[in-house]
Amino acid sequence: MTQSSTPRNNVPNSMAQVGITMRYTFRDYLRSRRFAILLVIMLLVSAILTIVVAHYRPAGPLASVLSFYSTWWGSFATFLVALSGVFFGGDAISGEFQNKTGYFTIPNPVRRSSVYVGKWISAFIASSIILFVFAAITIANVAYYFPGQNVIPWQFAESFLFAWFYLVAVLGFTFFFSSLFKTTSYSILVSALLLLVAFAIIEGLVSDLAQIEPWFILSYGSQIVGNVLAVTPHLLPSGQISYVPTYPAHIVTTTSTFGPRAVKVTITTFNVTIPEGLAIITAYFVVTAILGLALFERKEFN
Amino acid sequence: MTNPSLEAVNLSKTYGSFTAVSNLNLKIEGSKCVGFLGPNGAGKTTTLKIFTDLIRASSGEALINGINVHTHKKAALASVGTVIETPEIYPSLTPREALGMVAELRGVPHAERRKRIEEVVTEVAMQDWIDKRVGKFSKGMKQRIDVASALLSDPTILLLDEPTTGLDPRGMSEVRGIVKSLKNKDRLIFMSSHILSEVSEVCDEVAMIDHGKLLVYDTLQNVTAKFSGGANIVDVGLTRALPAGALDGSITKLPGVVSAEKLDDKRLRIWCSGGPDIQEKILAQLVGINIGVVSFQPTSSALEEVYLNLIKDTL
Repeated sequence: MTQSSTPRNNVPNSMAQVGITMRYTFRDYLRSRRFAILLVIMLLVSAILTIVVAHYRPAGPLASVLSFYSTWWGSFATFLVALSGVFFGGDAISGEFQNKTGYFTIPNPVRRSSVYVGKWISAFIASSIILFVFAAITIANVAYYFPGQNVIPWQFAESFLFAWFYLVAVLGFTFFFSSLFKTTSYSILVSALLLLVAFAIIEGLVSDLAQIEPWFILSYGSQIVGNVLAVTPHLLPSGQISYVPTYPAHIVTTTSTFGPRAVKVTITTFNVTIPEGLAIITAYFVVTAILGLALFERKEFN
Repeated sequence: MTNPSLEAVNLSKTYGSFTAVSNLNLKIEGSKCVGFLGPNGAGKTTTLKIFTDLIRASSGEALINGINVHTHKKAALASVGTVIETPEIYPSLTPREALGMVAELRGVPHAERRKRIEEVVTEVAMQDWIDKRVGKFSKGMKQRIDVASALLSDPTILLLDEPTTGLDPRGMSEVRGIVKSLKNKDRLIFMSSHILSEVSEVCDEVAMIDHGKLLVYDTLQNVTAKFSGGANIVDVGLTRALPAGALDGSITKLPGVVSAEKLDDKRLRIWCSGGPDIQEKILAQLVGINIGVVSFQPTSSALEEVYLNLIKDTL
C-alpha cells in the first residue's frame, strides 16, 4: 500500500501559532512559583508603603496627589518593571535549551520566531498584571488620602503608560540575554545585574564624573516615568503652598564652593526629556528584539 | 499519492575540528521501520536533530518528502512526529494542556482535538495522569507523553531518538508495541536505538553509522546475511530435551542450515544460509523430525555480530 505523505492537518499560519504559544506559556507563567513570588514582593512593598504613610503621615507625599504618586509610584514602578522583566524574561529562551522544553516545541512545524514572540507576549501580559495591581493599590491609597480630588491626574496616566512602555524594552532586553546564553542562571544573573545594579552605577559615573549625558543607558530613559510626576512648591499670596507640576530641566548645572580656599565645583546633572526617554526605550526594544530573535533562530540544541 | 521519504544529501555537521556527521547520503522511502544504529557519538542524534531543525547542517541538505527542513521547516515537518532525546514539557501544564498546545500548533481540527488527545494518552497508558501537572512526573512518564505528542497529529513519518530510553521494562515493551502497530498503519519510522534486540524485533531495515559516516543501509535480512558470515541466526525452543545425536545427525544436515549448536537441553541456535524463505523451510523440516519445536525466532545475535564487525572495522 502506498502511503500519502500529504499532511493530514492544516498547520496554522505563524501569527496564529504566536497566539497558541502565548496562551499556553502564559498559563504556565500564571501557575509558576515566580509569578506568586513577584506578586508577594509587590504586595509586601505596597503594604510597607501603606503602613509607613498611615503611621508617620509624611508631609511630602501627602502634600498633593502628584507628590503622593511621585513618592509612591515614582520610587518603585521602574524597579518593579525591571524585576518583572528579570523574573519572566530572564530565562524565557535559555530555559528552552537548558530545561529541554525546546525539544518539545521546536521540532513541530512552527517557526522559532513564533515561539519567541509568543513567549515574549505572555511574559509581557504576566508582568503587566503585576504592574496593574501595583497601580491599582497606588490609586486606592490616593483615593483614601485625597478624597474628592481627581485621583488619576493625566500625569499619572502618562507615567503609567511610560512604565508600561519601559516594560516592553526591559522584556526585549531580558529576552535578548536569555537568547544569548544557554544556561538559565547566566542569563538571569546578567540581565538582573545590568538592569538592577550596573545601569544605575554606569549612569551615575557617566553623568556625575564624566559629565556626559548617559543617553545610551536604558535606566536613564526610564527616568521619564518619575519625572512626569515631579512637582515644585509655590507659595501663594494667601500663604498656602501650591504644588505645580514641573518637568525637571534637561540640564541642571550647580556650582558649589568647598573648603577654606573656597574651591568652586560645578556639577552638571541630566534629566532625560520625554522625547529622548521614549527614543532610548524604543531603541533598546528594537535592537534587543532583533538581536534576540536572530540569536534564537541560529542557536542550536546540542 | 507519494511515499513518505527522508533523504540526507551530502549532509555534514562539524563542530570546530570535530566532525559529527560526514557527507551522509541516505534515502529512505516508503512505509517501513528503519533502525538507525551506531555507537555513542556516531552521529545518530545529530542527524535526527538536523532533520527536526534543532541544529543546522554545516553543509548538505536534509529533505523530508523532498522538502528542505532548513529552508521550509513548516512544510517539511507538517507530517512528522518526533521524539528527540527526552523533551521536557512546561512543568505547570498537564498532559492534556501540553498535548493541546502541540495539537493546535499542528492544526489538529478543534472538533477532533479532545478525542485525539485522549486516544494518544490512552495509547501510552497515561490516562490516569492526563489532568495532573507534568512537573511532578518521572522521566519515564514524561517520555510516554513525548511519545503521545509524536503520535498526536497522526503523522506519516516518525523520527524517534532512542524512544525507550528511561522507560521501565513494561514501558519499553509498550512503546515497542506502539511502534509495531504504527508500522501496520503504513508509516515511515526512522528510529535510533542502542538496543539491538529492539531493532531486530521492530525494524525492517537498518542503517548503521559510525564517526558520522554511513556504514551500511539495507534490509535487516540482507545486512545480517551479508555481514554476519552469510548466515541468519534463529533460536529454537523445544518442549523436551534434544535427543543425543540429533544435532549432528540430522539438524546440521538440513538444507539451508549452515551450522547449529545446543544452547541448553531445550534450546538450539541455528545459523541459516538465507532469509525468511529458507527459515520457513527449516522450520517445516524441524517440525517434521519431531523434536518438539515450540518456538522459532530470529535472534538479535546476528545483528549484534554485524554491528560488532562493522563498528570494530572503523575503530
